[in-house]
Amino acid sequence: MRIDGARDRWAAALFASASLMIMALPLLMLVEVVGAGLPRLSLEFLYAPPMDAGRAGGIGPMIVSTLAILAVCLCAALPVGLGCALYLAECVPAGSRAARALGYSLDVLGGVPSIVFGLFGYRLFAIELGLGFSILSGGLTLACMVLPLLIRVSEEALRATPPSYRQAAAALGLSQGGFLRRVLVPAAAPGIAAALILSVGRALAESAALLFTAGYVTRLPDSVFDSGRALAVHIYDLSMNVAGGEGGAATTAVVLVGLLTLINLCARRLGQALHRMQRA
Amino acid sequence: MPGLSMPRLSMQGDRVLIGALSACALLSGGVLVLILGFLVLETGPLLAGGHVARAFLGAEWHPADHTFGLRAMIAGSLAVSGLALSWAAPAGIVVAVWGRLYARPVLGRLYRGVIDILAGIPSVVYGFWGLLAIVPAINRVRPPGTSLLAGGLVLGLMILPLCALSTDAGLARVPQSYLRAAAALGLSRFGTLTRILLPQALPAIVAGCVLQLGRALGETMAVVMVCGNVVEVPDSLFAPVRTLTANIALEMAYASGWHQRALFMSGLVLLMVTMVLFGLTQGVRKRA
Repeated sequence: MRIDGARDRWAAALFASASLMIMALPLLMLVEVVGAGLPRLSLEFLYAPPMDAGRAGGIGPMIVSTLAILAVCLCAALPVGLGCALYLAECVPAGSRAARALGYSLDVLGGVPSIVFGLFGYRLFAIELGLGFSILSGGLTLACMVLPLLIRVSEEALRATPPSYRQAAAALGLSQGGFLRRVLVPAAAPGIAAALILSVGRALAESAALLFTAGYVTRLPDSVFDSGRALAVHIYDLSMNVAGGEGGAATTAVVLVGLLTLINLCARRLGQALHRMQRA
Repeated sequence: MPGLSMPRLSMQGDRVLIGALSACALLSGGVLVLILGFLVLETGPLLAGGHVARAFLGAEWHPADHTFGLRAMIAGSLAVSGLALSWAAPAGIVVAVWGRLYARPVLGRLYRGVIDILAGIPSVVYGFWGLLAIVPAINRVRPPGTSLLAGGLVLGLMILPLCALSTDAGLARVPQSYLRAAAALGLSRFGTLTRILLPQALPAIVAGCVLQLGRALGETMAVVMVCGNVVEVPDSLFAPVRTLTANIALEMAYASGWHQRALFMSGLVLLMVTMVLFGLTQGVRKRA
């Protein structure tokens, strides 16, 4: 093996320029979308109802619907997901058959296309359980979708708590339930919060799974049994089915991307806090 | 320390808690089974009712005549995803290698932050940008612009950050001792890359890219917005295509009866493909 300084410098230059070019593409996309949508963004846009099929007016009802769908999703996914994560971290040995089968099922579930979740949610929640096109159907479908992410990240946080905590709990004669409630979950809380935030991000970005579960009625929903249109679905509908809807779609996209970036930053902050805590 | 000196905590009085946790686990693990069950339940009569011969691989998709050939949609899905992966995987690998090996620490951190944010941008926004920028650009060369090429470009851009992330993770797992040994031998950075890092990380990189192929095949929104959605096996890059996912999104709104069952059948096909691809990645990882 010979050392080739010139070749190395060429490679470095090539990698740097190629990477910068490639990274510029998505950034260009962000700039273009934000540039197209920002001029119409105002406080009124956030709370006014849409007019003329979304060509004018705002996205007030969509924001309410999105929040309602999110709330349903989290109310369903958090207890089940946290319970499953605790089961994986506490009740079964890591390499056992139950743990492996459950892990496999969750990993496959994490890769299932969102449109398949849509079909499933439509069939189970809208038809089988008679919920129809509703915020409840949409939220529960999203809950199924974010479960794998929520469980895996929470499980990791639970496993990352120092083993000395458990030894101390055993020395004090704490029962398993007491240990879970008073030591383990509080200690892993930042990690669980990060898992929750990541799940919110995933749910906010989703549209395909909501098309035939939450529906696309633009009216302000009266209850969770009403159909409601999420922000992402609004972008889809405006740009595909409404001639001249690009302006509204772009502004909605700015709102959605802004929200998601905020959520991403929160998750990173929490992750860093967790990292520091483990070191301390 | 896998359970070596871990004291077991007393379980007295916690039967209810353990039961509840087990129920949560059962429910979580059962979702996949439920999905598979409902898809099979809906598809079954279609396959049993003699429609199977004309269904699946037939070339014709005429729901009104109960002809449910998926060939054009399967070809469309494969073409768009293949095109996307063919440029996004190399691009993602280049970016990841640069970020880990060549970039200054500040730039490297910045790049990881940008990649994280990009990976979280909704697919519908990618699709919207395709409609805003890519479709008109292609339209100037060869109308109408909504095409296989537009789909491949938008979808590729979407999976690029994910390819970069999985490659980055693969490179990070190469043992530090190998790198120190390479440095001790006076190997150049490029030599370290081609002779140690890439060969060592190859299984992880391949597994990551296969996983992204699954993501591309399952993507709906970005594709439905820029591909033109004509049911035809594409004969050129500029031909409009309809993918399996787009077909479901477009027709589910008004489908009923056999037609709806046919859409559930395409969902079942997608799920099967996802499971096979996942199995493949597990196989690649095991061989590593």
